[in-house]
Amino acid sequence: MKAEGRNRKAKKYSMAKDQKRAGMVMVTPLVLTLLCLFLLPVVLVVIMSFTNWSMTTPTRNFVGLKNFKFVLNDPRFWKAFWNTLYYAGSKLVLETGLALFIAVLLDKKIHFRKFFRVAHFAPVVVPITASSLIWLWFYDPGIGPLNQVLTALGLPPSQWLYNQNTSMASIILFSIWRGLGYNIILFLAGLQSIPESYLEAARIDGANERQVFFKIKMPLLSPVTSFVVMMGIINAFKAFTEVDVMTPNHGPLESTLLIVSYIYDQSFTRGKMGRGAAASLILFLIIFLFTLIQKAFGRKRVSYD
Amino acid sequence: MKKTLKKKYPFTMLFLCFSSLLMIFPFIWMILSAFKTSSDVYAYPPKWIPSSFKWDNFAEVFKKIPFFRFYLNSILVSVTQTFLQILISAMGAFALTKLEFPGRKKIVTFMQSSLFVPEVVTIIPMFLIVSWAGLIDTYGGLILPELSCAFTTMLLMSFFETIPNDLIDAAKIDGCGYYRVFTHVMIPNARTALGTSSLFAFLTHWRSYMWPLLATNNVNLRTLPIGLKYLVQETSTEYQVLMAASVMAIVPVLIVYLLMEKEFVQSITLTGLKS
Repeated sequence: MKAEGRNRKAKKYSMAKDQKRAGMVMVTPLVLTLLCLFLLPVVLVVIMSFTNWSMTTPTRNFVGLKNFKFVLNDPRFWKAFWNTLYYAGSKLVLETGLALFIAVLLDKKIHFRKFFRVAHFAPVVVPITASSLIWLWFYDPGIGPLNQVLTALGLPPSQWLYNQNTSMASIILFSIWRGLGYNIILFLAGLQSIPESYLEAARIDGANERQVFFKIKMPLLSPVTSFVVMMGIINAFKAFTEVDVMTPNHGPLESTLLIVSYIYDQSFTRGKMGRGAAASLILFLIIFLFTLIQKAFGRKRVSYD
Repeated sequence: MKKTLKKKYPFTMLFLCFSSLLMIFPFIWMILSAFKTSSDVYAYPPKWIPSSFKWDNFAEVFKKIPFFRFYLNSILVSVTQTFLQILISAMGAFALTKLEFPGRKKIVTFMQSSLFVPEVVTIIPMFLIVSWAGLIDTYGGLILPELSCAFTTMLLMSFFETIPNDLIDAAKIDGCGYYRVFTHVMIPNARTALGTSSLFAFLTHWRSYMWPLLATNNVNLRTLPIGLKYLVQETSTEYQVLMAASVMAIVPVLIVYLLMEKEFVQSITLTGLKS
């Protein structure tokens, strides 16, 4: 052995030095991606939000808080904000509730369980742009199957995506279809991690299935529930793809304009990158707020150990 | 744990059959409709089964857009991104969990903070940076800005922490350098973790929409999601053609999913509940 004859301290020192160098070399690509793809853009976006940065003209003057004032006084921003809130809220209530319900059913020992699980999860794995093409046809007011079913049932047909009162609801319906399975899987994983012994103990003590669900399963499931709820809100605030594919011009009377569509529209369609940057920072603050709430709730864990 | 006696739950069965049917109905409709003629599409009452099974609509897709090219672009871009991202993340995660060097803790905090910033915040300056670098309408411009390594690194770190240090020490005593420890000890021991995070990364990149939409003007560089968006604008209500396109986009993914169902579910539960 090479190290023979050297004293221990020297060997340890050379190993530490060796380790230091290897560590720094191997972490370098990661640090580089973080610097270039995170730090640099964040610094730039903050600078841009204080300038009249434009895609079409080369002028870049410091304008103070003008962009933020513009965005916060822009009725379109508030329209986008309320639309996003409507989208997030309805999706959350319907999707989380339904997902939990189906997860509870799937947790039972029944036949074809695997098939049911696969069926519910399938819409999650396919690209949104591809599956939204199917729904574009479903929603066609003239030759769409949904209206044909409504007419056959003697109900009045709907304009779906093409009416300002129903366009967002149509987006939400599609969105629930494609997102439900994701939440089911998370709830199911949560339910299955509950030890059987807790449930047995409750049943022996005379609890009925409803009591077992509300008194044992729900409290133990609360970390998953709070995660699903908060991630649902955060993801809803980031939503863009489905509205952009299904309603390319923000729908009738801009009824499907979401915050991300607003930011994209300001920065790239209108070229007002300063305003877009300011709006994106406002969105960041909203999402950050929800993240803090999630962290606060997530800390409260229920344990019966 | 496994109960041999399966109780009958009539309500559960009925509900799940019904909801499963609703979930897969769009796919059934899509596959059947991809073969319909335009008169089938306009027929009332609606025609379920196409009048003949011809591949005309598929040919029509290839006539309208370079579909095959979009497919290859998507595969090229997302496979490269997944490979680079997992490589960078694995090396980083190894260094951050198993090696001592100055600034280690700071890097972890820095990385964690990057997870709070949504894509739409960085996309505006990123567009400028990529323009300045002259990378708009290049594969480099499509691939590099989306190497979001923070999440996969955190995920891999939580796995690497479970690999005992003794394994590394043993390899060191046998004369391995730290790079060999990484390639010969860490990677083989974390194969499942690497697979799960690769699948997660691949799915994220495969469906990526906003950045490829911005970074490409050239039709030949479009990925599948972007190509499909423009196909909608070009075909208006020729739904049978749209269905043929979505069959080609969806069915391969569904087949892979059916073959690897367990891995898909695992990647969701691990990535979901870890964070």
